[in-house]
Amino acid sequence: MDIKPELFKVTIDGIEVEVSPGTSILQAARKIGTEVAPPAMCYYKPLEKSGGKCRACLVKVAQGSTNDPRPMPKLVASCITPVQNGMVVENFTNEQVVDTRKGIVEFLLINHPLDCPVCDQAGECHLQDFAFENGNGVQRFEEERRTFEKEDIGPYIQLQMNRCILCYRCVFTADQITDGRVHGVMNRGDHAEISTYIHKTIDNDFSGNVIDVCPVGALTDKTFRFKNRVWFTKPMEAHRDCDKCCGKVHLWYKGDEIIRVTGRKNQWGEVEDFICNTCRFEMKKTSDWIVTGPVNISRHSVISANKYAANTIKKPEFALDYAAEHYKKINDSRPYNKNLDEIKASEDYKTLMEQNENYLNKSQN
Amino acid sequence: MQLTNRSKKTDKTALTLAEKTYLPGIAAGLGITLKHFFSKKVTIRYPEQKRYLGPIFRGHHILKRDEEGRERCTACGLCAVACPAEAISMIAGERVKGEENLYREEKYAAAYEINMLRCIFCGLCEEACPKEAVYLRHDKFVPVFTSRDQVIYGKDQLVEDMNNRYERDAWTKEEMTKLWEKQQKVITQ
Repeated sequence: MDIKPELFKVTIDGIEVEVSPGTSILQAARKIGTEVAPPAMCYYKPLEKSGGKCRACLVKVAQGSTNDPRPMPKLVASCITPVQNGMVVENFTNEQVVDTRKGIVEFLLINHPLDCPVCDQAGECHLQDFAFENGNGVQRFEEERRTFEKEDIGPYIQLQMNRCILCYRCVFTADQITDGRVHGVMNRGDHAEISTYIHKTIDNDFSGNVIDVCPVGALTDKTFRFKNRVWFTKPMEAHRDCDKCCGKVHLWYKGDEIIRVTGRKNQWGEVEDFICNTCRFEMKKTSDWIVTGPVNISRHSVISANKYAANTIKKPEFALDYAAEHYKKINDSRPYNKNLDEIKASEDYKTLMEQNENYLNKSQN
Repeated sequence: MQLTNRSKKTDKTALTLAEKTYLPGIAAGLGITLKHFFSKKVTIRYPEQKRYLGPIFRGHHILKRDEEGRERCTACGLCAVACPAEAISMIAGERVKGEENLYREEKYAAAYEINMLRCIFCGLCEEACPKEAVYLRHDKFVPVFTSRDQVIYGKDQLVEDMNNRYERDAWTKEEMTKLWEKQQKVITQ
């Protein structure tokens, strides 16, 4: 007797999907695709216990389950709410959700310095995307923003606490990926900040991954600091034999020079194979890597701005169809398009050759 | 046979004695010439004199400084990515201690170059700039060049001179319409 795993049916924005029990609503939505997946600022699939902090992924549960069809009274964070059989979830179709998300954007941006022109994360920043896609472009906050003193946390990682949204991703990364966490969230409430305890430096083989998981520009690569904007660099897929990590990375080129190495991110901006600090910070020569090809980047991403590829240029299909319909094809083959033997056998050719010979004989005489 | 009524009939009456001498005709002609000596000239002496091109003319680029003389540009690269001719390039630098009176933000443009052969003066860089740093002057052309190494403009040619600051009569569309209305009134008066 084979045991079929029980599957739960969930409807998200009117699209039905079957998932195994224990899946979160966010994961079920991601299974359907980008059009219904709620945005996530703090949830990071490869990191356990992440999620439930930023409230960006709030959704409306219109029907709890088939057994208990009452709706949930408040909006729920989809990244930490497991699905029930027969659950009906409304995401972008619910006005309350869309409205609340505008509020969430405003809340997240209350203390954000909005220094995108200076920030190295601009162009691949999740907060930028989230605010652009879900916010309403205005801010009512007039008071002075909270600022922190600059802190040096080592030679590789730049901490810009003003930009932090306290998603805790870097804390989970340090706990789960590296062997020993030296940084964490200090103080409480409005004074909460990411910091190392009494100005230690973060120094671990996998500590560089906090840069990749940071959704904003709070933790950035010091070796890449102000080198170039993301949209002027060219990402390439590359790998190398590394005894510490998988060695699969993206290289960010500026001309012939590698100016940054990052882990490979999937379509949700999550790194699945974390890379070590040697690969990230020390291998900055093309000869260190085996480059396999350019990274596939969405046409709408700013990273593909001012870069042209043959597959992005569209043929004028309408014009070609129109021309095919309205113009007769003409036979433009020429009667003298014969092969060489036929030409040599022709009368014209023979007379020409005779004339040539006569001329040569005359000139010799 | 007359085909149209547009043709003019020639006056074929014989000339009078005065007309035969041509003197009145010459005097009248010279009179017209003399009148133009004293009337207002329609031409100007370009390039010493220049006409006003309006408050929104797009000419020579300028990298503005703020009231305290600090450079506004932070090398964010939005002008370069907005530029349809790809004429702008820049290299960013990090401000060190003691340079706070030179640069407004922690990052600045260590080099900022515009290739004037490529530039089409569309003004998209001006529109893209989030720091109100790059503008196209309404009062100055990019001069004619004689050699190719003159066309790449660096920061020395672009950054605003604090002793000779650039002021525009109108910065916004609303200000511009107001200015036009004022000028229209002056003309009609």
